[in-house]
Amino acid sequence: MPTEELNQLAIDRTRGDFRYDVQYQYDAGTGLTHQTIDYIVDAKGEPDWIRDWRHKALDVFLSKPMPTHWASKDLENIVFDNIRYYLAGGQKPSRSWEDVPEDMKRTFERLGIPEQERKFLAGVEAQFDSEAVYSNIKKAVGEQGVIFVGSTDGLKNHPEIFRKWFGKVIPTGDNKFSALNSAVFSGGSFIYVPPGVKVKHPLQAYFRINAENFGQFERTLIIADEGSEVMYMEGCTAPKFETATLHSAVVELVALKGAKIQYVTVQNWSPNVFNLVTKRAIAHEEAEVKWIDCNIGSRLTMKYPGVVLKGRKARGEVVSIALANDGQHQDTGAKMIHAADETTSNIVSKSISIGKGRATYRGLVHVPKHLKGCKNNTECDALLINSTARTDTYPAITVRGTGNACQHEASVSQISAEQIFYMQQRGLTEAQAMSLSVNGFVNDLVRQFPMEYSVELKRLIDLEMEGSVG
Amino acid sequence: MSTVLLEEEMTDTPAAPARLLSAGPAAPGQEAAWEQFTKIPLPARTDERWRFANVKDLDLTPYLQSQAVDETTREDLLARSRGLEKAAGRMVFANDQLLSREVLSESLTQLGVVWLPLEQALVEYPDLLQQYFMREEAILGGQKFAALHASQVRTGMLLFVPRGIEIDLPVEAFHWLHGANSSCFPHTLIIAEERAKVTVVDYYESSDANAPGLACAVNDLWLGAGAQVTYICAQNWSKEALAFQINATVVGRDAHARSLFAQLGARHVRSESVSHLRAQGGRSDMLAVTVADNAQEVDARTFQIHEAPNTSSDLLYKNSLDDTARTIFSGLIRVDPGAQMTDAYQKVRNLLLSDDAEANSAPGLEIEADNVRCTHGATSGQIEQEELFYLMSRGISKRAAQRLIVNGFLQEVIDRLDQPEIGAQLAQMVQAKFAAHR
Repeated sequence: MPTEELNQLAIDRTRGDFRYDVQYQYDAGTGLTHQTIDYIVDAKGEPDWIRDWRHKALDVFLSKPMPTHWASKDLENIVFDNIRYYLAGGQKPSRSWEDVPEDMKRTFERLGIPEQERKFLAGVEAQFDSEAVYSNIKKAVGEQGVIFVGSTDGLKNHPEIFRKWFGKVIPTGDNKFSALNSAVFSGGSFIYVPPGVKVKHPLQAYFRINAENFGQFERTLIIADEGSEVMYMEGCTAPKFETATLHSAVVELVALKGAKIQYVTVQNWSPNVFNLVTKRAIAHEEAEVKWIDCNIGSRLTMKYPGVVLKGRKARGEVVSIALANDGQHQDTGAKMIHAADETTSNIVSKSISIGKGRATYRGLVHVPKHLKGCKNNTECDALLINSTARTDTYPAITVRGTGNACQHEASVSQISAEQIFYMQQRGLTEAQAMSLSVNGFVNDLVRQFPMEYSVELKRLIDLEMEGSVG
Repeated sequence: MSTVLLEEEMTDTPAAPARLLSAGPAAPGQEAAWEQFTKIPLPARTDERWRFANVKDLDLTPYLQSQAVDETTREDLLARSRGLEKAAGRMVFANDQLLSREVLSESLTQLGVVWLPLEQALVEYPDLLQQYFMREEAILGGQKFAALHASQVRTGMLLFVPRGIEIDLPVEAFHWLHGANSSCFPHTLIIAEERAKVTVVDYYESSDANAPGLACAVNDLWLGAGAQVTYICAQNWSKEALAFQINATVVGRDAHARSLFAQLGARHVRSESVSHLRAQGGRSDMLAVTVADNAQEVDARTFQIHEAPNTSSDLLYKNSLDDTARTIFSGLIRVDPGAQMTDAYQKVRNLLLSDDAEANSAPGLEIEADNVRCTHGATSGQIEQEELFYLMSRGISKRAAQRLIVNGFLQEVIDRLDQPEIGAQLAQMVQAKFAAHR
């Protein structure tokens, strides 16, 4: 690779790896007790029903064991007592970019958020540690009646919609980490799209962890009313810290009759972050939900976006790309729960393991009895770059009855030496050839991403591939 | 494991049989296994290795230690032990007692082949048993039942084929379970030395197709360099039986193992099959056909472990499910670090014939080498209406048409054995099961 290009990449590589010293007005300290909950509720000025809800969730969290009987033992390295559960500057989400404090602005400018907004994004919600610091929806979208606010704002100002769906897709007791999130959640987005409204441009959120030992627990709830359409994109970064950081989000999507939701994630946490996220959608009659999930960063990611296909002819789709480098374990996958006739689902997963990285696909497909015409298709392909890399596939498929069809296929391969030879023979370096080949492997999926994300993704893959050859 | 097996005396004891759970070890020397069995708890629902399984159905309380069969039963069972037309040898066991041992082929005796009931082998070839008897641990969740087997096993088949010897005709063993709630512990140990070649067929049968009972079998295959072993286990216990099968296949350099499990009988059967590809060039074909109906649960767990480079494995499990039957397939391909050039394949196909049948599939991969080719697939579906229509339009009744299609579906697996006589026999057993249905 030419030096010039290398330099460029070297600079780019640290794009999210910077940190500002911020004076936090609210800091719940380390450790998690019922006092922490009260502190958060008081700091945020939340109503009492949410206080009770959080307290109950904490009890559930404390009573549930770690899921290490099936999941990675690395989870045991999370020290819940060392984590800070709530940090905030204390200001209300600002409506315009000028109101955002200077130091935070610097952070986000480095992340390139305002530019993106200027370009074409319909609304941007940026979360810096616990609270959203900046949120704005373009006028046109707001006029259509679309609500795009932080979760706190949502529960305070739109309780009639918020309470109806909050915690209904992913109940508190779903798993240990959804209970944790329910107890200490802060930030995240609340989106409501009224019937028939098609949001033309994607809504976007950016999450960033800035403080050491911090746990980020955003909560996102998106409701697409009948016949509406919306696309949501999120990206996440964190600087590198010595000690582990926890990100445990809960994302709930509700697609009412005929609605369409697309949810795009590009996860690029630094390699000290435990990324344990629960994401699930309910798709009502003829609704469509598509999760596009790309995991490049973090130390351990455990994330299995799911769709409960509740109404007739509902459709669920998960497109997943995972890249696991040294010291990383991407434990990702999908869940499809068929609960109505003629529902269809599709899962396509591609993973790449480099160096000592480990990529795991874990899937669940459930077709209960007396349903007719349900179809699932699952494909997982894994690419191994070095002899030290590891990949696992653990699907679980349950099918009852004669009216349904499921198929699952998975393959593991390496880059063909012939391909590399062919490209080298035409003057490419081995690294370039490898990069090209890996990009080719995921290309059909990357193309489904919005344009600027797919460009970024290709770049990230190039970066990760660097130095992995030989 | 140092197990001492004592030759049972053939006496008719009229005393009531002891409950298995309070019986203790079958003979001196089996205490350690019994202790292990009592120490390990029954599988819990939360154990990943028992995911999907109905663990409540594993209660062993009702079962009794089995008793020797009387003379009339003996005659009856011997008459019913119809195996292949041409076999090299045939052993018949009932309730873990040897009823007969027929050497049908000269080659068995003349070429240094050791073919003995286990209790006799223990006296004559203790070293062989020391080296191979249950040497591979049950790693798929069935430790408790492996320990139960080790504490109760009284007989079984040892087949040792020396270097370079090829036995052309198959060797057979029948294991009968007789009497309500009785139990048996069939054991098959096959050791094939370098370039040896043999085919073995085990038949598991109940004298009464409706009697409840417990069967807990272990079959281990050891393949030396270049050996070729084909093992068929035709499981046809009574409709009310609870059955376990624990298999370990150890494949040496350039050796080729082939196993086929036909699951026809039992109310609930748990089958665990592990292939260790231990040296370069080894290959293991793992096959199974299941015909599950009524409320049967067929729970198959498999593990293809590639421990050395240049090894291959190919698994094909096919299940046909009717009524409220449930099947579970949970398989894993593992490629150890350094096992480059592994070629592993795993495929499970479920054919659902009724709206209440349930097929669970969990095909898994764990790969720690990069230069490999590993693929797996799982499909669940039903008979195509068009295929059915095609047959019916030619005057075939719906039911017959359905059976034809199921037969064709399963035949692909049976054909992979490349043993027409055994294939025909298995197909016949499948037919018999269809004929007995409803």
